[in-house]
Amino acid sequence: MTNVSIMTFNILSILPILILSGFGMIVLLVDVLSSRRLGEKNLLAYISLIGIILAAIFARSPAGTTLFSFNESFAIDNYSLFFNFIFLLSTGLTILISHSYIKREEINHGEYYALILFSTIGMMLMAAGADLLNIFIGLEVMSISIYILTGFKRSKLISNEASLKYFLLGAFATGFLLYGISLVYGSTGAINLKQIASFIASKGGISDPVLLMGMGLIIIGLGFKVASVPFHAWVPDVYEGAPTAITAFMSVGPKAAGFAAFLRILITAFGSAHDEWQKIIYILAILTMTTGNVIAIAQTNIKRMLAYSSIAHAGYLLIALVSANDMGVSGTLFYMLAYTFMNIGAFAIVIVLSRKGDEFIQINDYAGLGFKHPLLALAMTLFMFSMAGVPPTAGFVGKFYIFSAAIKSGYIGLAVIGVINSVISVYYYLRITVIMYMKEPTREFAPLTISPLIVAAIAISVIGTLHLGIFPSKVMEIAQQATLMLK
Amino acid sequence: MITITHYLVLSAILFTVGVIGVLIRRNAIIIFMCIELMLNAVNLSFVACAHYLNSMQGQLFVFFTMTVAAAEAAVGLAIIVAVFRNKETINIDDINIMKW
Amino acid sequence: MIHYLPILILFIVAVGFAVTNIGLSAILGRRKPTAEKLSPYECGINPVGSARERFSVKFYLIAMLFVIFDIEVVFLYPWAVAFKSLSLFGFIEMLIFLGILLICYFYIWKRGGLEWD
Repeated sequence: MTNVSIMTFNILSILPILILSGFGMIVLLVDVLSSRRLGEKNLLAYISLIGIILAAIFARSPAGTTLFSFNESFAIDNYSLFFNFIFLLSTGLTILISHSYIKREEINHGEYYALILFSTIGMMLMAAGADLLNIFIGLEVMSISIYILTGFKRSKLISNEASLKYFLLGAFATGFLLYGISLVYGSTGAINLKQIASFIASKGGISDPVLLMGMGLIIIGLGFKVASVPFHAWVPDVYEGAPTAITAFMSVGPKAAGFAAFLRILITAFGSAHDEWQKIIYILAILTMTTGNVIAIAQTNIKRMLAYSSIAHAGYLLIALVSANDMGVSGTLFYMLAYTFMNIGAFAIVIVLSRKGDEFIQINDYAGLGFKHPLLALAMTLFMFSMAGVPPTAGFVGKFYIFSAAIKSGYIGLAVIGVINSVISVYYYLRITVIMYMKEPTREFAPLTISPLIVAAIAISVIGTLHLGIFPSKVMEIAQQATLMLK
Repeated sequence: MITITHYLVLSAILFTVGVIGVLIRRNAIIIFMCIELMLNAVNLSFVACAHYLNSMQGQLFVFFTMTVAAAEAAVGLAIIVAVFRNKETINIDDINIMKW
Repeated sequence: MIHYLPILILFIVAVGFAVTNIGLSAILGRRKPTAEKLSPYECGINPVGSARERFSVKFYLIAMLFVIFDIEVVFLYPWAVAFKSLSLFGFIEMLIFLGILLICYFYIWKRGGLEWD
């Protein structure tokens, strides 16, 4: 037994995570110690929001440098900070849209907020993980919390079913990821991403079939989490069955975290072997975009449609991954932020229109919304335009950056396929707009249950979508600084 | 002499048995047990590699895999119990109100 | 390899002993099965009900809680081995870890997870 060195450790690096863990536990304790009622749990939502804001305030690093902690297994740099901001934003918006929803659905247990916070901790660990162990633990903390949240409507069979499917397939994918990690560890002798990179560089590329297989299995495991196509079977069912607020949450947060880990592993660790993995991701990107967009056209349920649209968006992000240049990485960061605003915004409107016992999620239910609730319809139109990539919205700018990154790396064919796919997607996004404005209502709209919190969430999403679309340069500058740290 | 290769082959066989089990069995609990078998096959390969490479990181990883597997087991059992309470079956072919 | 020979011999002897005894009693023993003899043995008391009953779901809850806390203890062992070289830093980290577990325990207790009824 050799000596154990005391780990280099910097409290600043994990302060946001510590804050969130602390607040998660406070939420649990307050919930369990207060008598049953507690003002219908308003307090818990506010405590969680305070925790998120505090974590965002303390999420910073000495400017421009990478702060390593725990024997270089944990890296706080501009890249992870940008992702942390996306996670905290999506968590905050989710809590805002959940508040009235879980009350109406009678699932307002305190654990709901605690689990959302714990899941965010997992995402932050993933984005900051500089070795495979940290990334794995982050992935599991995130996933296990979301398995529970998916089945949070305990008495509804559809929610149970979604949860069971997500759990079984998620654990299955975890097995592949782990096996990949063990093969990479066995052939390189390291789990630290930088050490793996220097090992591969010293061999001049990947020639070892075991290492190659390990990399492939890691791609499968993470490909499952970001919902890329051969591993996407769970997405529509889980999105449909989960409580709508959780669907919004898991279409944004885990996807961003998955891409954070994907980029860091593939570019930092396997950067010198990009010829091998770019081919795989290239095919995945085409399959993911095309399948997502084509099947989305046939959907009649808006939650399932958004599920397939989320698969398609994962495809666009995979294009950025294939191009593997600085522009691709900053494009991913920008696109993920834009996607957070537009997707959570769209789900917020789905939640506002739904009522207890009737989710109101058939696309035809939206007929006539434009006359009855013009403001809501306008916001929904904005989010749909943004997802379709119509200027001047955030989605357009994001797609523009991603496709330019692909062209810059010489993947012109891929960029063309991406553009064709965006055109296909315009069809089903605009269909919702057309139905809202051009059709007579088929059903009565229920009296809306609008709480100030959900209005705030929609307002933030609208402002974010427009701001990123009209003035993208400032955010893009920050995203570009973030990518410099990656290599 | 038993070499690293033997351990890795055994681990690969166990992993494959787990994968096949997940794909062909229909009972949710047995599927879950097969997933646990996959994770333990990975543990075996980690420990063998750690011994072969004379490094601690592989053993470290095993501790965390075991913990994660336990947490997954607890959550998984809870989900399966919740399904059973509503549906009175855990055969995944019967759990299909949404198309797969 | 030669060092493992005694273990192999012990293994063969153990298996051989068991097989011989069971085999001999199967060949030589006389069997007169009666209903009394075939019934499951429950400390001499007449068995009640079927053995293939469903277990109460409460057992699952206890099992889940047990599994979690049982496995968390796995971290105590390497910590104890490296205790001296980890010094105060390791001690404080372990205190935080156990503190989190205590909060979980408290939460389960207050939530009623430990009550049988």
